[in-house]
Amino acid sequence: MSFLTPQRAAIAAALLLLVTLPIWVGNPYYINVASQILFFAVFALGLNVIVGYGGLVSLGHAGLAAIAGYTAALMLAAGHGHFISDFSAILVTLAASAVFAVLSLRGTGIGFLMITLAIGQIIWGILYRWSSLTNGDNGVNVSGRPAPFGISLASADSFYYATLIVFLAAVATMAVFFRSPFGASLRGTRDQARRMTALGYNVWLIRFLAILISGFWSGVAGLLFIYYNQFISPQVATLTASAEVLLMVISGGTATLLGPIAGAAIVVIMKNVVSAYIVRWNLVLGVIFVLIITFMPEGLVPGSVRLWKLGWRSFRQRRVTVLRNVAEPPQ
Amino acid sequence: MTAQTTALAINGLCKSFDGLRVTANVNLAVAPGERRLIIGPNGAGKTTLFNLITGEITPDSGSIHLFGQDITKTPSRRRPHLGMARTYQIITLFARDTILRNVTLALLGLSELRWNPFIDIERQHHLVEQAHTALARVGLTQIADRPLSQTSYGERRRVEIAMALAQNPKVLLLDEPFAGLSIDERRDVQQLLLAIPRDVTIVMIEHNMDVALEFAESITLLHFGEVIVEGTRAEVVADPRTREVYLGH
Repeated sequence: MSFLTPQRAAIAAALLLLVTLPIWVGNPYYINVASQILFFAVFALGLNVIVGYGGLVSLGHAGLAAIAGYTAALMLAAGHGHFISDFSAILVTLAASAVFAVLSLRGTGIGFLMITLAIGQIIWGILYRWSSLTNGDNGVNVSGRPAPFGISLASADSFYYATLIVFLAAVATMAVFFRSPFGASLRGTRDQARRMTALGYNVWLIRFLAILISGFWSGVAGLLFIYYNQFISPQVATLTASAEVLLMVISGGTATLLGPIAGAAIVVIMKNVVSAYIVRWNLVLGVIFVLIITFMPEGLVPGSVRLWKLGWRSFRQRRVTVLRNVAEPPQ
Repeated sequence: MTAQTTALAINGLCKSFDGLRVTANVNLAVAPGERRLIIGPNGAGKTTLFNLITGEITPDSGSIHLFGQDITKTPSRRRPHLGMARTYQIITLFARDTILRNVTLALLGLSELRWNPFIDIERQHHLVEQAHTALARVGLTQIADRPLSQTSYGERRRVEIAMALAQNPKVLLLDEPFAGLSIDERRDVQQLLLAIPRDVTIVMIEHNMDVALEFAESITLLHFGEVIVEGTRAEVVADPRTREVYLGH
């Protein structure tokens, strides 16, 4: 087996681009945009576990990210350290994901979607109304970023690298997960739940664990979000926020590794870059989604691969025809 | 406790859907190694009986014993672990995966590996080998890596059987394994069913009398959810009630 396959070369090139990004981008504003893309990609990858591989579409995941963000922000505000705050935030998010799973797995399909939507709205309502705990609409300030191993994350560059490490960890575990027996089990419950039961699988428990995994990465994204913004408000938990992440997954391509990352890039770039030039950037985003759904209903990444193959095949066919016509000209 | 000599024992099993009795006081005793055929006209409750045996639906009353163990209240997902496997009348496979992956999923269902999120499934060589062995038994080795969506109906029927065989069941429930097959394909499937060793007990639902009768040692005739006739092949075929149910109306 050769060491340098096209796939490995592509991964190496992508890694090189990501690691050197602060150098060739330069402007801190755009480095910050890159950080946002990365932590939204972590969020979208987490949601993709259940949407793409589990066939369970959730409209309440922003609530889970918000629970992580608020837990950490409130503990930091109360004077606790970064490590204990973040660790507790992840534990609380996992517990919340477990409740989320038990309630939402009462249904599948539209039933599941509606329950997750309701849970998301309840979380938003609590954050918005329970002012004595959450400071309501005013939100909570996060006084500073952590300094792991004594390295300050205050600058755009250092925060980008910290986010990149978390992002790469997420991508690596997802890549392993999707090829694993448990990943195969999860896909099985998506395609033939009845058969899976008859083969001896515990379909409910598989889905429950998938929601925990997905909740974990949503929580990690929530933590990166509060450290990036150094602020959190109920806005984070709105239905729009949940829908945005779901759009990233669907537009990029569900059940793929690159799809949610591409989806996150499109949405974040639209929000941050295009909005500077076009006031109605939401309209542009809408048009892009309509185009994706029309021409690549399977999502941007698998759709591009399909169109590329199609184009390549027709190009080769034409070349063969031309060559044949040269050899024996048609009468 | 039911006698240890019974592979599958069903006592007084009843099930109604909105007042319609689909399984009415069914008693069934299948000996280890037996080849039992269940026949009956459409709507006789044959598939419902299978769904009750595998636990996909719960009975209103009655009991089911597998090798003497009461499994009436055992969850459906536990029953394959006790040695029960089934195939479906309507093909129920994983269309996006290859034939090999379909069979691997059947093997994984009984393995603790199925919870592992950290290893590569393709590198679990013992699983892959076992899947190839199961595919060899149904003659699909050549096309193991073909996506299921590119296979013929007859091949899918054999994948159904391979998945059940891969689990090394003690009791195998076949729901119309010949349905929709051509004459040649029926012969092939018949051959592979005949090759299943005697330590596997087989209960089969089938309409195709020509192939099924040859296979069966004993026959149970269901009609409106009730057992009408039961006995050896010769007895049931000769019984006037069989003719009445099938030809009499």
